[in-house]
Amino acid sequence: MDWIIPIFVVIPLGLAFILPIIGKNRRVGDVLTNLATLALLCFAIYSIKFAKSTIVYKLGNWQPVKGIPIGIYMVLDGLSIFMLVTVNLVAFMCTLYSINYMEKFTDKTRYYTLFLLMLAGMNGVILTGDFFNLFVFLEIAAIASYALVAFGTEAEELEAAFKYQVMGSIGSAFILLGITLLYSYTGTLNMADVSRVLITKGVSKLVIFVSVLFIVGFGLKSAIMPFHMWLPDAHPSAPAPISAMLSGVLIKTLGIYALVRVFFNVIGTNPVILNTIIVLSIISMVLGILLAMVQRDLKRLLAYSSISHVGLILLGVGLGTPLGMLGGLFHLLNHAVFKSLLFLNSGAIVYSAGTRDLDNMGGLRNNMPVTADTSLVASMAISGIPPFNGFWSKLLIIFACVEAGRPWLAVFAIVASIVTIGVFMKLQKQAFFGESKVDISKIKEVPGFMVFAMIVLAILCVVLGLILLPKLRPIFLNPVVDILKNGLEYSVRVLR
Amino acid sequence: MIYYFIAILIFVIGLYGLLVKRNLFKIIIALIIMEYANFLLFALIGFRKEGTAPIQPIVGGKVFVDPLPQALVLTAIVIGLGTTALIVALAVRIYEKYGTLDIRKIKKLKG
Amino acid sequence: MNERGMSLIVKTIARVLVGMIVLYGIYIVAHGHLTPGGGFAGGVIIAGGFILLYLAYGASEKESEFKKWQASLSESLGIFGFWLVAMLGLFIGGYFFLNVFAKGQSYRLFSGGIIPVCNAAIGAEVAGALVGIFIAFAALKLLGEK
Repeated sequence: MDWIIPIFVVIPLGLAFILPIIGKNRRVGDVLTNLATLALLCFAIYSIKFAKSTIVYKLGNWQPVKGIPIGIYMVLDGLSIFMLVTVNLVAFMCTLYSINYMEKFTDKTRYYTLFLLMLAGMNGVILTGDFFNLFVFLEIAAIASYALVAFGTEAEELEAAFKYQVMGSIGSAFILLGITLLYSYTGTLNMADVSRVLITKGVSKLVIFVSVLFIVGFGLKSAIMPFHMWLPDAHPSAPAPISAMLSGVLIKTLGIYALVRVFFNVIGTNPVILNTIIVLSIISMVLGILLAMVQRDLKRLLAYSSISHVGLILLGVGLGTPLGMLGGLFHLLNHAVFKSLLFLNSGAIVYSAGTRDLDNMGGLRNNMPVTADTSLVASMAISGIPPFNGFWSKLLIIFACVEAGRPWLAVFAIVASIVTIGVFMKLQKQAFFGESKVDISKIKEVPGFMVFAMIVLAILCVVLGLILLPKLRPIFLNPVVDILKNGLEYSVRVLR
Repeated sequence: MIYYFIAILIFVIGLYGLLVKRNLFKIIIALIIMEYANFLLFALIGFRKEGTAPIQPIVGGKVFVDPLPQALVLTAIVIGLGTTALIVALAVRIYEKYGTLDIRKIKKLKG
Repeated sequence: MNERGMSLIVKTIARVLVGMIVLYGIYIVAHGHLTPGGGFAGGVIIAGGFILLYLAYGASEKESEFKKWQASLSESLGIFGFWLVAMLGLFIGGYFFLNVFAKGQSYRLFSGGIIPVCNAAIGAEVAGALVGIFIAFAALKLLGEK
């Protein structure tokens, strides 16, 4: 059954390569891309049944020589399946949404090519078991996203893309420096083999330096403070489905997933690193949402709120306890769903009303009912109001803080949640309820595929809390926590 | 050992240029210097004393230098080429829209 | 006489040399599994030959022999060919990137399985990409001048 693993990278790559030739007509690009993302989503959901075991795929069938792996490995375990489902779900919703939204831009086929390349890069990062392969796929996804941010080629978008690219390249340079130094210490690039060598050889000062480099590099990719400067410029400037992908899955895959995989499974955690991550996450969580309070631009507000929630996810993961990891990773899935829904809503407002400025909106509730309702659901989910999914994951993280003996962290999380409620109430009132400040009589609801994507995501917001039930938890969430709890057994499982 | 420090020195020089310079193209050149210092360090790590080129059949000494960093640096150079092409295209278009290459004046996004 | 471009000496020498440069590039691509080089380096050399023609005769896309769609087509076909060869491994042998062609004797030109085919595909792709990038920049420059 292990042929399913390269499918996640092969399908989007192949389609991205062939699309410039056959895609002169826009409809071809539409149909093929949506079929591809639907197929990937089905494969991802199908692979949930392998969640309890670890499947290893050796590229090119290069078998290990005397027990040392040569060749590139691709690994499918519980954490990979979790991330694959998240990424492909949001990608399918965004491609559905793009069918209508991207009509207003010029080159739709090239947009689909770049989108598929970004998706292939993200799937590759999730599935890889080799450090340099991680770097290559990281670069593929990042470069595609730089080009996508600049897609509209207005002056502000180009400036935002330039700033994003410079900071992203600094992050990639730090990551490559870390990989180089790790290779010089261990002599191998395979993640499982590095883990095994580090267990026998011990952790020296060089490995601690490499850990710091990885925190800086992956932190730049996931936009925690103080590395967040590119995010409030890049995410509003991109077209709305790309903002949803960037804020929903890209910063989590290239940043949080890679950080978790490298630290929990390969290098091994020690309390100093976990405390550093917790301090950075607390700063991001609180300052992010405070900065979101003063924004007038809708998408910039959502971007700052993303920084805050990434801080919350890292707080959950950095605690190190199983309950914290469960809460943190479940919040990753929830945040992907409701943040992408919020960005798609903002895209719908831009499509119909033509503005992103909160001062110029108001009273859109009657003209755009579906957008207003799904936006209300997403705002309640992100604020942590029961029974939506955000409530459960935030509750788990707060309980985990108290259980780990650090109630002060829970206080910070609660403060951030209260400010989030305030910010999103203000957003709802200014955008949808209330009096309208400009003429809105000509604004109508957005076309069919956009509505469908938003409704599906809103239904998921309501329903996702149910996978925490004790009957459903072992299917999806428990294998993820198991991978991280006994982190260093990764090498044993992969090299069997 | 001294060569590793020289490579890291070049990396720091690139990082300094990235942070201090104001012209868009000087920032791009500093970025390229930083990336290439990385590749230099990676290729240097593969060196073995009295080793020869890793091509069959062996001539000269008995030990190969490590071929893995060489292959990876080749791949990384091509990735750097792609990144450079994209960022130079962005810089050219920014010059068309803003009329200046000074990053202190390209500041439409605030807040 | 064409006013744009370089002097007559440069144009003549460029016309003579382009064939040799492209042939040298193809040599580097074809012997990628035996000598240093391979797809990337050979592709860059081939692109260098075509860019030399552009520079010597003045970069104008309307008057030149090589247009942008040819470069894009070469690039797309090259990388799609690489994907097809990798997929052949998946279909025939069951593993992605498996070495499925005959391996021949060591150190001969036709040995090494799929490696020469991959090198050729990458060479076409890199050459097409670099010529396309150059045409994009040169065409942009002329738009700016007008």
